[in-house]
Amino acid sequence: MGAEKKTNEILYFALRNGKLKIGLVIVFIFVAIAIFGPLFSKYPLNEFVAGGPNPPSADYFMGTTAYGQDVFAQFVYGLRSTFIVGIVGGGIATMLGMLIGFLGGYKGGWLDEFLNGITNIILVIPTFALLLIMVAYLKLRGVVLESIFIGLTCWPWAARAIRAQTFSLVSREFVDLAKLSGMGTLKIIFGEIAPNMMSYLFMTFILQFGGAILNAATLDFIGLGPTQGASLGLMMNWATIGSALLLGYWWWFVPPGLAITAIVGALYIMNVGLDEVFNPKLREM
Amino acid sequence: MKRYFTRKVLIYLLTFFIAVTIDWMIPRFMPGDPVLNMLAKAGSVHAEAQEVMYGYLTTAFGLDLPIWQQYFNFWKALFHGDLGVSVLQFPRPVADVIKSAIPYDLLLLIPSIVLSWIAGNKFGAFAARSKKLDNTILPVGYILTATPYMWLGILLGWVFAIILKIFPISGAFSYALKPAFTWTFIKSVLQHWFLPFASLFIVQFGGWAIGMRNMIIYELEADYAHYLEALGAPKRLIRKYAYNNALLPQLSGLALKLGVIVAGAMSTEIVFSYPGIGYLILMAIQNSDYFLLQGCFLFIIIGVLLANFIIDIVFILVDPRTRLGMQGGS
Repeated sequence: MGAEKKTNEILYFALRNGKLKIGLVIVFIFVAIAIFGPLFSKYPLNEFVAGGPNPPSADYFMGTTAYGQDVFAQFVYGLRSTFIVGIVGGGIATMLGMLIGFLGGYKGGWLDEFLNGITNIILVIPTFALLLIMVAYLKLRGVVLESIFIGLTCWPWAARAIRAQTFSLVSREFVDLAKLSGMGTLKIIFGEIAPNMMSYLFMTFILQFGGAILNAATLDFIGLGPTQGASLGLMMNWATIGSALLLGYWWWFVPPGLAITAIVGALYIMNVGLDEVFNPKLREM
Repeated sequence: MKRYFTRKVLIYLLTFFIAVTIDWMIPRFMPGDPVLNMLAKAGSVHAEAQEVMYGYLTTAFGLDLPIWQQYFNFWKALFHGDLGVSVLQFPRPVADVIKSAIPYDLLLLIPSIVLSWIAGNKFGAFAARSKKLDNTILPVGYILTATPYMWLGILLGWVFAIILKIFPISGAFSYALKPAFTWTFIKSVLQHWFLPFASLFIVQFGGWAIGMRNMIIYELEADYAHYLEALGAPKRLIRKYAYNNALLPQLSGLALKLGVIVAGAMSTEIVFSYPGIGYLILMAIQNSDYFLLQGCFLFIIIGVLLANFIIDIVFILVDPRTRLGMQGGS
């Protein structure tokens, strides 16, 4: 009964929160384009269908590249890559962060010292540099592999934040009670501690999701993107190499960056909304 | 004081050690025999490079030696400043190539980081809890932090260099000029510097403004703020305290964000063909110049570690608690 009432209250504030609604709507629009867009694509991906560059028209919705490839096809498939990177990369980073943060925060002692040491070291090494050196040596690169690498390098700040949150929960009575009743470590972590910071974990995932997308865009732009298929970062890379700027082919380089900005920005604004929903102190007065 | 520093320096040394180990390990243990690939590719660019590469590979990589010896030799070469020979700019040593790129990175990074941090914090504090400003700064700030650096660079370049023709689009100075200490040269450098600087500044500014705005709102809800309010303290005073308290997390935020900022600078350099390390990396990737790539990796790590150390020192200067804690500890 109590839990149900709390869910209702959160739902009530969530539905009234403008930031959350706007963010969700924008993200859903792009998810829909990513899912259904390829069905409307008239031309196959990356094929040289037109003789050269074309501005947007009824035939080529978003124009063609300098080489005559359909920008719309690249855009919709690129959006799919973007969401894959977000889900897989952000998901792995969040899970690793949870695993390391929970274990360190709950167990304490030498295990915590050890895990915290690793976290602090990887936190200082720029993720981007690490990705650069790892991805550069792969001959064939796919979107999923790229996401896995991103996930494996982006977890430290999440681990640190979750560890701190776990610390503040470990000394509470309900955890002591669970320990007394003989519950196992994993059961306490996932049955008692995790549910009490669900909102926090969810928001961590959203931030990791956005971070993974931006990381992938940078990698792709620098020339370490997927060797096959399409991604929004690759589109910008091709556009820059193809002198799209000098030639003024705006339809080639504006949409990919705009989509990334809109998706990641919407995620961030959604997060602010969620923060207000979960944290009564921040609700607008 | 001593304990704090020893601890920090120890962590940074350990980090450096691990980074070098990764740098050594990855070309050896990645699938597909990258070292041999490297040789083959080097040969296709410069025939005579292959021989030099092979010489370096046998001394520094020492492929026929036992693994531990290879690792030891790698460190030895590193301490002699020997990072191999660049294939791209054969026969220049990698360390030399990187050295000539570093000034451009510093020229972009230091002003953009310092100025955006100061301006962003001031503006964020100013906007927090003022209804009208808050409603604009919030979405604008979040959109700015969500903007990929290179895309903003591309947009700025397109508008200001191609359409309006106010600034040049590529290079660090006019190709017609030779580096000299003259007005025309300095003017040319500044003109080429402005757009990449501006795109770095704008994205970072958004992040700091948002961060500060959120921190101030948390601080204004803190007990000490309510207490001061109950005492009848002027609003300005409370906000000043809140600002001072919020600056510290913003400073540690800067340490955490350094990696992202460096990555942003790299991609911005590519947009404007600005000859810093980012542009080198693109060239190295396009030409399979792995030595250069590995050298760039090490230099980025060293740079970020140094920057972290500087932030640690600033922390001591700014935060009385770190100072007090250290005095009590020693």
